[in-house]
Order: sequence, then structure tokens, then C-alpha cells
Amino acid sequence: MLGEGILKGLAETAKNFAGSFVSKERLTTVEYPEERIAPVEAARVFPFLIYDGSDWEKGMRCVACQICEKECPPKCIYIEKSKDKKPDFVGKPQIYPAKFDIDISVCMSCQICVEVCPFEAIKMDNEFELATDDRFGGLLLDRKQLAKPNEYYHKIHPTEAAAVDAKLAEEKAKAEAKAKADAAAKAKTAADAAAKAASAPKTPEGGTGTPTSEATKPPEPAAKSTPKTEGGD
Amino acid sequence: MVGTLDQIFVLLKHWIVGLLPPVLQPVVGVLLSVVAIIATFPALFALTTVIERKGLGRIQNRIGPNRTGPLGILQPVADGIKSLTKEDIVPLNADAAVHFLAPLVLVVAVFLEFAVLPMGRNMVLVDMDAGLLFFFAIGASTELSIFMAGWSSRNKYSLLGAMRAVAQMISYEVPLLISSVAVVMITGSLSLVKIVDAQNQYTWGLPHWYIFTPWGCAAFVMYAVAATAETNRSPFDLPEGESELVAGYFTEYSGFKFALFFLGEYLGMFAISGLGTALFLGGWSAPFSFLQFVPSWIWFFGKVMLSICVMIWVRGTLPRMRQDQLMNFAWKFVIPFTLLNLVNVVVWRFMGEGWARWIVCSAIVVVAYVAMARIGMRSKKIAPRSYRYAE
Amino acid sequence: MSAVFWILAALTVLGGLAAVTLKNTVHCALAVTVAFAGLALLYLQLDAQFAGFAQILVYIGAVAILVVFAILLTRGSETPKQGIFSRSWFTGMTIAAGVFAVLGWAVIQSSQVLPDETVAPSVTVNQIGNALLGRYVLPLEIVALLLTAALVGAVIVAMHEKGESK
Repeated sequence: MLGEGILKGLAETAKNFAGSFVSKERLTTVEYPEERIAPVEAARVFPFLIYDGSDWEKGMRCVACQICEKECPPKCIYIEKSKDKKPDFVGKPQIYPAKFDIDISVCMSCQICVEVCPFEAIKMDNEFELATDDRFGGLLLDRKQLAKPNEYYHKIHPTEAAAVDAKLAEEKAKAEAKAKADAAAKAKTAADAAAKAASAPKTPEGGTGTPTSEATKPPEPAAKSTPKTEGGD
Repeated sequence: MVGTLDQIFVLLKHWIVGLLPPVLQPVVGVLLSVVAIIATFPALFALTTVIERKGLGRIQNRIGPNRTGPLGILQPVADGIKSLTKEDIVPLNADAAVHFLAPLVLVVAVFLEFAVLPMGRNMVLVDMDAGLLFFFAIGASTELSIFMAGWSSRNKYSLLGAMRAVAQMISYEVPLLISSVAVVMITGSLSLVKIVDAQNQYTWGLPHWYIFTPWGCAAFVMYAVAATAETNRSPFDLPEGESELVAGYFTEYSGFKFALFFLGEYLGMFAISGLGTALFLGGWSAPFSFLQFVPSWIWFFGKVMLSICVMIWVRGTLPRMRQDQLMNFAWKFVIPFTLLNLVNVVVWRFMGEGWARWIVCSAIVVVAYVAMARIGMRSKKIAPRSYRYAE
Repeated sequence: MSAVFWILAALTVLGGLAAVTLKNTVHCALAVTVAFAGLALLYLQLDAQFAGFAQILVYIGAVAILVVFAILLTRGSETPKQGIFSRSWFTGMTIAAGVFAVLGWAVIQSSQVLPDETVAPSVTVNQIGNALLGRYVLPLEIVALLLTAALVGAVIVAMHEKGESK
């Protein structure tokens, strides 16, 4: 009560004043917009659509399944499916979204669209300097503005992007292995059918014996490879 | 050691006045001094606004204004342009005449206060016998303008702010006057020029400033507290508390009238700091006898700016006091302490020269301070907090 | 009887007139403050520095504020519905004229006794202090006692009201 608290307070502010000229800890101001703070990796603002490769129309992963549109709480996503199919990144014909609009004045950055997308097609961006003076049209982003390459995704969220890429590669490998197994099984049934057809008319050819031995060979590595991939899951 | 640089303004004025016919000489002489004061102190006010904002910013871990001019030096120009070009809104129900006159009364009263401050050797506008009394009389008139401002706005909250401000200013005028009376008792004159002259002596190189005496130190601390309360500065700025009453008694003012209030408040700060410097810090006298070659007006303005910087420092440190805490502090601590200090001055005067009176007077000050602080703490029943939880 | 005197006299009289004729009570209080200021300037013109500054300090700095607070706290800030002249205005005017006549006669009589152009004695604060604590110490102490009694009375009245209202 003798007033020493006031003196201690005055000393503290004097330290702050003097220290603000020498140490960064005592002057934490960042002079925006000349200096900016680097965003944290988990920062998120509004969604964007990923495309693989260099053509944004062809490489877009979105197949207009409309799950994100249904799950979005404020209903800020507007999708229109296309009537035709376009070849995608790997050349397979896919349905694509003819219109994919997100109203960022409504979007609340809840990330539910990202969580439910089965194709890893929509992810969260971290760009926030989106102010515009066009009140209605300027805040409705269409699919051209939303499309960004996979390299951009790697730049802003490296760990997430690496995980997504690994998952996609794995699924792709699984699909390929399954396709190979299917192909092998098909070839086996075709070979069996051919063997039956060959053994019925009883026209033994030395060449047919080898096809059967060759036909027995692929199923074994296929049988071996499927337990391997199943064990890898 | 009265050098030319020291007296440069006086010599300049004499030269200009000498160029004119004798009929006009007195009027022009006074006019020149008045113009000098009107030019200097608003310029200092502009500088102080920048210093305050940047200083407060640095205390609060941020940079102050830095976009207008290098280091934000041109910020007062921007503020001036803003307040001159803003629309002057007068509420429909407001009392137009009183609303218009309130800032004028404040600014006129505050400018009048500068007339008695000795700003350098031979540099006082009017050397009055009762200069100190003039200063306090004019200071009392500023309260009237605050009341006029609060009442004419026809706004309950402005009126509340104005009443609080007037109550605070009246309560703290008493310790302001009594601590100054301590100085007057020792000097034997109410004239500020004589008070500064009495402090302009040196013993072993150290000056005879009144702050270096035990009663002077106590009186200076009480004067500083009372001066901060008189000018409505933090921690006593409840009347203009920005978070409580928008802007208190000048809520309904905009544009140039607001700028006039702002100017009046800061000029009041300068005037009271100037008076404190003249009374306790030796006015224009140098701190050490070998430093007397530096011009006297530099010392005066340096000490005033130092006081302003301390006020800014205190503003950045202390939280605002509540109205009842303010009033309790004034009537129950500061006034008894200043009255005891008067007794202290009498003891000092009648004990005669020597080291004995230093010990006795310091003992009186310390014992009184500690005793009053302890008594104040005891009556508040400060105990460890007890909690009662909801069932 | 210089020009300055006439200007200050006009200011004081106008302030007084405004104080009795204005409708708004707070305006009246401010006009009375102008009259006080005029009086203080008249004292200063007569070289009575201490009296002039004490007038400003006490009357404008304290009494005017007191008057204004009293008006505020007692519902006086509403503009009165009736006119400014009360019913018995003629009696009031007659009495005021009579008092003015008596005072004017007293002043004129005294000015015939004193010579015309005396230089006013320059009274310093020192002399006033010496007189107050030397020759006039008894009135000083009585006034101090009176003020203390008034202060204590005010505190007791205020506390009583607070006690009763609880």
C-alpha cells in the first residue's frame, strides 16, 4: 500500500519502451501489407478444386457426384452435372461438373465438403485477400476460379498433400493389381475354355500344352500378389 | 553569465520595438510576446500529440503512427485537416449559445494561464505580484467551461461526465493550492519570477531547487498527483473515459470544436507542468552550476517536456481510477498529507540552517506517509479473498 | 472615469440585467458569472490585485459552480412555463429603486468628501496577510469557525438524508 506497485509498473513499462527498439519480442507489430506473417500449415479459408496435370478441365478430379453439395450446411455449393463425358487425366471418360459455384459470402469454412469427398477432389485453400467491390457476382467463384493444380496443394499443405498423394497412389496400385488379377482370371478362364475346346476335338498340339502351362503360371503370382496387397492394407 | 543566446528573444523583441514610434511601443511589445506564446505552445501541442501516440505505442508493444511523414511527424497536420473539414454537428435540442461558447471559454482561460510563467531569464509576459494566485484563479474558470459543455449538449451522459469532471477538479484543486502554498511560505512571495530567482542559487554545484528538500519532494509528489487530476489525465480520466462515456462531456462536439477542446486540455497540461517546473524544479535554472552556459529557455522547455513525458509514461502504466476511489484518495489521503506538509515547512523554516532540519523533516514526511498508508489499508479491510460457490 | 471603466461597468450591469430577465435558469447563472467577472476586472482596474484574483477564484471558480449545481439538482433546468415577471413585480421594483437611491446617495456623498484624483494605495499580499493575522485575527478566526460549522452541518445533513432514505 506504500505505492511500490506503481513504481514496479512504471519500471515494467519503461522496459517495454526501451526494449521495443532493440528486441522483436517487445515489438510484435507486423506492418501489413508490406510484411506478412507466414500462414500456419493447417490454416484454411475457402475450398478449391484440385486438378492433376496441366489442363484444368481435363485433369479435374471432381466427378460431380454432388455429395459435397448435399452435405454443405449453409448450402453454398451449386453443381450442375454435364450431359457428356470427357476423358480425364488417365484418359478414362468421366462425368465432369459443367457448373461448380461456391458462394464465399455464405461459406463458413467448416471443411465438411472436404471430409465427405470420396475422390479427394475438393480441398481447403488459405488465400484470404479475396475482397472485391462487386458485392454479388464477385463473391461467387466459378469452377475456373476454383481450379488449382496439385502442385499448389503441395505448396500450401505439404503434409496433407503428401498423404493424399500416397493414398491415391495406393488406391491406384490396388486397382491395377485388381485389374491384373481380373485379367489373369479372365485369361485363365479363356485358357480353360480354350483347353476344353482343344481337348474335345482331340487335336493335340504341342503349342496348346505350353499355353496351359503358361496359363497356370500367371494365376499363381496373381494369387500370391492378392494376399500381399490385402496384407498391406 | 547572461549570454546573448540566453537573451536572444528579449533582444529580438527590443530591436523590433525600437523600430517603431514611441506611441505604439508598449502595445506592440506586448503583442509580440503574446504572438510568440500563441505560436509556440500550439506547435508544442502538435509535437506532443505525436510523441504521446508513438510513446504509448512503444509502451504497448506496437508502433505508433508511422505513415504520415517520416516517423509519423506529420500526423498533427493530418489531424488538423481532419478536424477542420469535419461537419460541425450541433444537436437539435442543444443550447446553441452555450454549446458554442464552452470551447472558447476553455481555450481563452488556458491561454491566459501562460501569461505568468517565467520561460527564461527576463522572459515572462506579465510580472505580477500575485502571479500564482492569478494562475489558480484562471484555472478555476476552466471548470466552468467543462460544465457548460456537458450541460449544453442536453445529453444525460455528457452531463454525468461533466459533473464527475467538475467534482474531481474541485476536489483536487485543494491539494494543488496547498502544496504551492508550501513553496510560497518559504519564498515569501506569490510572484513566480521571485520564486524562480530564489531557486537559482548553487551550493557545491548543486542547485537550491525545492524538490531537493524533504518538504519540497513531498509537496512535488502531491502537486504532480493533483496536476494529473486537474487536467483529467490518466489515471484520473474517468470523465473522458473512452470506454465508459464515449467521450464524456465533449461527446456531442465534432470537428473544430472538438479540436479546440483537445487543444485546451493539452495546453492545460503544459501550463500546469510549467507551473510545477517554476515552483519545484527551479524554472529556467540549470541543474548544475557549470551548465549555466546553456540558455535558460532551453532548460525551462526541457523540464516541461520531461514532465509531459512522465505524464505520458504514467498514462501508459496505470489503470483508470473509479470515481469513488478518486474522491476518497483526494480527501482522505492527499489533503491531510499536504496539510501535514505545511507544518513540515514551518519546522524547516524555524529550525535554522544545518543538517538537523533535514533529518527531522525527512522523518516527518516518511512517518506521515507510512502511517497514513497503513491506516488507509486497515480501514479497507484487505483480507485474502473468500469464495462462495453457487449451490 | 476612463473608457475602460465604462466598458467594465457596462459589462457588469448587462450581466446583472441578463441574470434577472433570461428565461432559462442556467443561462441566468452564467450571466451572473459574467457579472462576477466584470466586478473582478473592476477590482483589477483599481490595482487591487489580490481582491480581483480572489474574486475570480472564489466567485467564478466556486460560487458560480455551486449555483449551477444547485439549479441542476433541483429541477431548475426546465424552462419555466409562466413569464419572468411575478405577480408583485411593482412592489419589487419600488423596493429595488429605493435601495439603489440610498446607495447612490451614500456613494455621491462620500465622493464629495474625498479628493478627486487620489492614487489608490498599492496593497501587497504581504500587507493583507499581516493585517489579517495581526489586527484582524479575531474576525479571521470567527469566519474560519463559521465555515467549519457550515461544512460539518452540510455533511451531517447529507448523511442524515442518506440514512433516512435507506
